[in-house]
Amino acid sequence: MPRALNGLRVRLVVAFTLVAVVATVTTGALTFREARTGVLQQSQDTVIEDFRHRVNTLVPNYRFPPDEADLQTFAADVSRGGRSQNWRVLVAYRQATATSETGDAFRELSPEMRESVRTRRATVFQRVTRDGHSALVVGMPVTFAGDYSTERPASGLEVYLTVPQREEQGYVDALVSAIERATVPALALAVLIALLAARGVLRPVRALRRATRSIAEGRLDTRLAVQGSDELADLSRTFNETAAALEGSVAELRRMEAGARRFAADVSHELRTPLAAMSAVTDVLDEDAAGLDEDTATAVRLISEETTKLAGLVDDLMEISRFDAGAAALHLDDIDLAESVRRTLATRGWPDTVRTSLPGPGELRGRVDPRRLDVIVANLVANALRHGAPPVRLGLREEHDPRAGRQAVIEVHDGGDGIPDDVLPQVFDRFYKSDSARVRSEGSGLGLAITTENVRLHGGTVRAANHPDGGAVFTVVLPLRPRGAGDRTTHTDEEDRP
Amino acid sequence: MPRVLIIEDDRAVREGVRLALRRQGHEVAAAATGEEGLEQLRSFRPDAVVLDLMLPGMPGLEVCRRIRAHDQVPIIMATARGDDTDIVVGLESGADDYVVKPVRARVLDARIRAVLRRVGGAADENGTARVEHHGDLVIDRAGLTVTHQGRPVALGPSELRLLLTLSASAGQVFSRQQLLEAVWEHSYHGDARLVDACVKRLRSKIGEPAGSPRYVHTVRGFGYRFGPR
Repeated sequence: MPRALNGLRVRLVVAFTLVAVVATVTTGALTFREARTGVLQQSQDTVIEDFRHRVNTLVPNYRFPPDEADLQTFAADVSRGGRSQNWRVLVAYRQATATSETGDAFRELSPEMRESVRTRRATVFQRVTRDGHSALVVGMPVTFAGDYSTERPASGLEVYLTVPQREEQGYVDALVSAIERATVPALALAVLIALLAARGVLRPVRALRRATRSIAEGRLDTRLAVQGSDELADLSRTFNETAAALEGSVAELRRMEAGARRFAADVSHELRTPLAAMSAVTDVLDEDAAGLDEDTATAVRLISEETTKLAGLVDDLMEISRFDAGAAALHLDDIDLAESVRRTLATRGWPDTVRTSLPGPGELRGRVDPRRLDVIVANLVANALRHGAPPVRLGLREEHDPRAGRQAVIEVHDGGDGIPDDVLPQVFDRFYKSDSARVRSEGSGLGLAITTENVRLHGGTVRAANHPDGGAVFTVVLPLRPRGAGDRTTHTDEEDRP
Repeated sequence: MPRVLIIEDDRAVREGVRLALRRQGHEVAAAATGEEGLEQLRSFRPDAVVLDLMLPGMPGLEVCRRIRAHDQVPIIMATARGDDTDIVVGLESGADDYVVKPVRARVLDARIRAVLRRVGGAADENGTARVEHHGDLVIDRAGLTVTHQGRPVALGPSELRLLLTLSASAGQVFSRQQLLEAVWEHSYHGDARLVDACVKRLRSKIGEPAGSPRYVHTVRGFGYRFGPR
């Protein structure tokens, strides 16, 4: 998961670990160097001081020039000075040498060191590591003491000492392992602190992410708890302010929209009362028109026709505002769809003008709202008859969608010129008139909008297209739900469910 | 000549409907308020009532309930509100049918004649007058009376006709559409809410316990069936 690898938590942990590693390694290295130098310096100073004192004390007891036996004794005497430290001593005079332990090869002594002692007439020392053991090698020329001159001529006698530095080595080793041992807990501690810090940072970030998602899902009252006064708290505060502003704007918009809807509903409603009086008497006017003079008869018929249209428009407006208010409910019923379509055509007087291809009786049943299906079919056919041209064909068939399950597909195809491409996306809009020159159409201009709302209420889709052979095709796809599944119905069958 | 009482507060609508219905051959009386309507109901004794839902003073629903309390005269509600809840509440308070305003006189006339036929034509179609016993429920098809546990049940014309239709073929399932046609004579796509509201009223009048009806059973997703359990 690349996201996890690049995540804030991993980055924080890595950064903290790196800082911890650099800090411990640097501190460890410096401490080690200083401590090691200190330890070694002190021990070698002590050894050299002891050695010089020993030699100075012993030298006057011997004859000069010494013979082989004297050298041997001298070396043994000097070596006794460092009983606790296991001194090994080599004494050299001219070509003769003697060691404190017989047969000691004294390999620690390098020729360069011997040369240096011989020529510079000064005490020299060297640290030698042999077979993993380090040792201090000290070389010292014995000089004659001159009382009145600063010149101290060399006697030719050289004394060398080797002291194993086991103890010092032990100190250094302990130091190294102590640093090593300190590094691991320090690193672990660093990772732990990094994780804690990451959590401290990530918790508000996560809360912010959750809150943002929640806002995006429409819960505009989402707010974050603001803690402390750091940058994250500032961010949370800003988020809360933004959310509050958004909620306010949306509430204002909703209020305005609700007001507009209520206005449309109220206007339609107020129109009903005068229209009710007018509609009641239109039949009377129609009947009497025959006995009137021609002009009055025309006027009376005109009033009658327009009243009928106005009544239809107000009906449609009321229906639309009911959809807008969310007050439209589905009353599902298990019906024979083909029979329902046939009935719709029959009651509108269209069976002869519309060619149908319907399934046989009982072949296609489904749970739909019969009244709304009637409105859907009637509006589509009326639209085809009004704006298209004969022949109008109506098809109904069942389809099986792998995802949505059983669906009923209703197709209304007219023989007109089709719909211009730039008009297609708008045909379902309210009051949309494709012919701008014709200000008022026969219908209310709401038929297809009402159809769309009815289809949507069923969870279906409706689309308009042009047929390759000419004419417009309106296709409605209605899901046919299994019995009792996902109903939004106020039928009494809910009440006496066993 | 059918006698129709219009209860409607708007003068223009009242006059318009009265004029139109008179031309359709009805004898019409009109009342402007619910109280006046209840008074006229006693003196005029109409065959059917056209009742506006939104009335000043006593609301239409209350008028409907008061009429139903002692009279089974067919009531057609004329409502300016076509909202589902208004219609359902109206139907449940005892109306036999409803029209949404504005309505053409011819449609209103057809509805009135339909409810009137319901009262007159409720007798058994095959002519064999008989008394049927369904458990505690006794239906007298000739006398058009129903008794439940010995007590007479006052049914409105739609309820009575619904019960007669269902019980005439006990055990058979009727879809809402079939019932609409048989009881309300809606040859167009009527409203299933009419059926549901009427069934609900009928059940409460014949003392069906809520949740487990004994006589009128719901067949889920299809319709209703009569049969004592």
